[in-house]
Amino acid sequence: MLRLLPSLSLLLLPLISLPTQADDDPAVARGHEIVTEADNRDKGWINTESTMKMELSNAHGDVSVRQLRTKALEVEGDGDKGLTIFDQPLDVKGTAFLTFSHALEPDDQWIYLPALKRVKRISSRNKSGPFMGSEFAYEDMASFEVEKYDYRYLRDEMLDGIDCFVVESYPRDKNSGYTRLVTWFDKAEYRAQKINYFDRKNAALKTLRFSEFKHYLDQYWRPHRMHMVNHQTGKSTVLTFDEIRFQTGLSDRDFNKNSLKRAK
Amino acid sequence: MSTLPLSPKTLTRLLATSALIATSAPVMAQDMTQLSGSFELELRSFFENPLDPRQHNNTLSIAATPEYYHSWNDEQDALTITPFIRIDQHDAERTHADLREFNWLHVADNWQLRSGIGKVFWGSTESQHLVDIINQTDSLEGVDGEDKLGQPMLHYSYLLDAGDISFFWLPYFRERTFAGVEGRPRTALPVDTDRAQYESGAEQWHQDFALRWSYSFDAVDLGLAHFHGTNREPTLLPNTGNPATATSLIPRYEIIDQTSLDLTSALGDWLWKLEAIHNSGLDAGDYNAAVGGFEYTYVGWLDSDADLGLLMEYHYDSRDQRSTRPFQDDIFAGLRITLNDFQSTEFLAGLIYDRDNHARMGFVEASRRLGSQFKLSAEARLFDNLSSTDPLYGLRDDSFVQLTLEYFFSEQL
Repeated sequence: MLRLLPSLSLLLLPLISLPTQADDDPAVARGHEIVTEADNRDKGWINTESTMKMELSNAHGDVSVRQLRTKALEVEGDGDKGLTIFDQPLDVKGTAFLTFSHALEPDDQWIYLPALKRVKRISSRNKSGPFMGSEFAYEDMASFEVEKYDYRYLRDEMLDGIDCFVVESYPRDKNSGYTRLVTWFDKAEYRAQKINYFDRKNAALKTLRFSEFKHYLDQYWRPHRMHMVNHQTGKSTVLTFDEIRFQTGLSDRDFNKNSLKRAK
Repeated sequence: MSTLPLSPKTLTRLLATSALIATSAPVMAQDMTQLSGSFELELRSFFENPLDPRQHNNTLSIAATPEYYHSWNDEQDALTITPFIRIDQHDAERTHADLREFNWLHVADNWQLRSGIGKVFWGSTESQHLVDIINQTDSLEGVDGEDKLGQPMLHYSYLLDAGDISFFWLPYFRERTFAGVEGRPRTALPVDTDRAQYESGAEQWHQDFALRWSYSFDAVDLGLAHFHGTNREPTLLPNTGNPATATSLIPRYEIIDQTSLDLTSALGDWLWKLEAIHNSGLDAGDYNAAVGGFEYTYVGWLDSDADLGLLMEYHYDSRDQRSTRPFQDDIFAGLRITLNDFQSTEFLAGLIYDRDNHARMGFVEASRRLGSQFKLSAEARLFDNLSSTDPLYGLRDDSFVQLTLEYFFSEQL
């Protein structure tokens, strides 16, 4: 779950080659092509470390802030590994999550409770639940794997003056909280610019906007601001990254239960 | 995700320089010094008058748990110092201080060593912690056995291809804490901790050892461990040798060997859990005990953001009614509600029922963050239908509610 965002941009794009439905449907092939390109452009980042702030707001204007750090490791041939540590609110400071994402199997997830020094495995079906009270669901934060979705190209469209492809994605996991996602990719860099989420009843649920993109290592685009609005509750969450560092020397050793217990 | 043309390691090396240039990110983590922790104010209120007139119906107390943390050498070395102090209105024993942690951690490629006073948790189940044996229980802090005293240790962990293996050298034993004469809840007779007895002539300096292998594979977490040393749980003996005339209880600590297994398996919305021990060396004879069950989580309960968790566990102890633990043929059922709201509101309620003597022990815990730096918790513990042979018989009139207000702080130095 929480391995958050270093690759959220890519995560949110569904895609890969699934030879299921209508392989001969040109919209399916085109959708696949677009997302594959977006995914390929985001390979080889190896590992990242970032700090971020989540600001939760409700319809009454109440605001609550979470501060967290994440470490992520790209894994060849499987989902990525992630470690997320809470700095705020202070009552959960030091609480940490370890996630091993998998393409088709359920993710492995553990939580570390610093007061008890206890590592607990968490039920892996918890995808659709809110992450720390925010409008981001666990599945929104998870490592993107192309095999997780089916997709279909819808149309070309201008979005705030940016020329975009619009692609629809259908989660293959029946535990997903969504029936479909509609994603706008800019044609210039294949970055996700906007996602509309539709709930299990296919009603409009949330909209996520990405902005303040920065370019890293001459290859990787990362949005430093993500704004999720829930249309059904009026609640919203703004996620901002203070800092993203690439290739900091993290390895597999930094993603196990011992490193989870060392989290500070 | 994708197949890389080079191994990640090679690439990391190749790109290390460019990463520095591209992001000017420091590859070495900086030294960090931090002071954090909490203060708390607690009120306990008992429903019934005490068995012993020296005890009280209401008790106020305050506690502090500051933590100093300093890391250096690219986070490969860290010093943690966590003192704890509580001041209780009535109970001179509960007014106590402890060093929960005072240790140096060194992390290398495939191993790590923690030296000093520390805390370690082993186990998987929720309603009893059978396997967890490294740290002594600070029973003054709570009746659930989850509060622990700092344990002097050398704790060496080595990463294997399959999990990791840990060696523990525990050079000094910590005696269990017990409520004082005015303290509550407590056993019917107070425990005289000043007269503790030991099987070993070395007493608290008996050298204890433990070994543990833990491994996660597929959706399973497995732990196998062996402990040799001073039993963390004392036998309580009448001070006069005769229960009829005794005025206090004396704790006696024996040398034991305990082999344990703990297991968690995730299957969809279900978590299956098991803890089992074989214990030998007690004068009263060897025994086996186990606790196992499940936790089922229903996400998005009633179309809301809330999660509903259902828990059920069964307790077994081969000593039956001779068991020193209250749970030998008991069933635990629990309900956890997590609202997933801004203030992280949570409820947990549970009931443990003894199938033999029909004793019932219930609890309710609720907590909610207030603003960004406070947390309010409420807890109720209910003891009902305890028979005179139950180890908890002394608590039969000690049902209580407790309110706790905590303040949290954190400063980077």
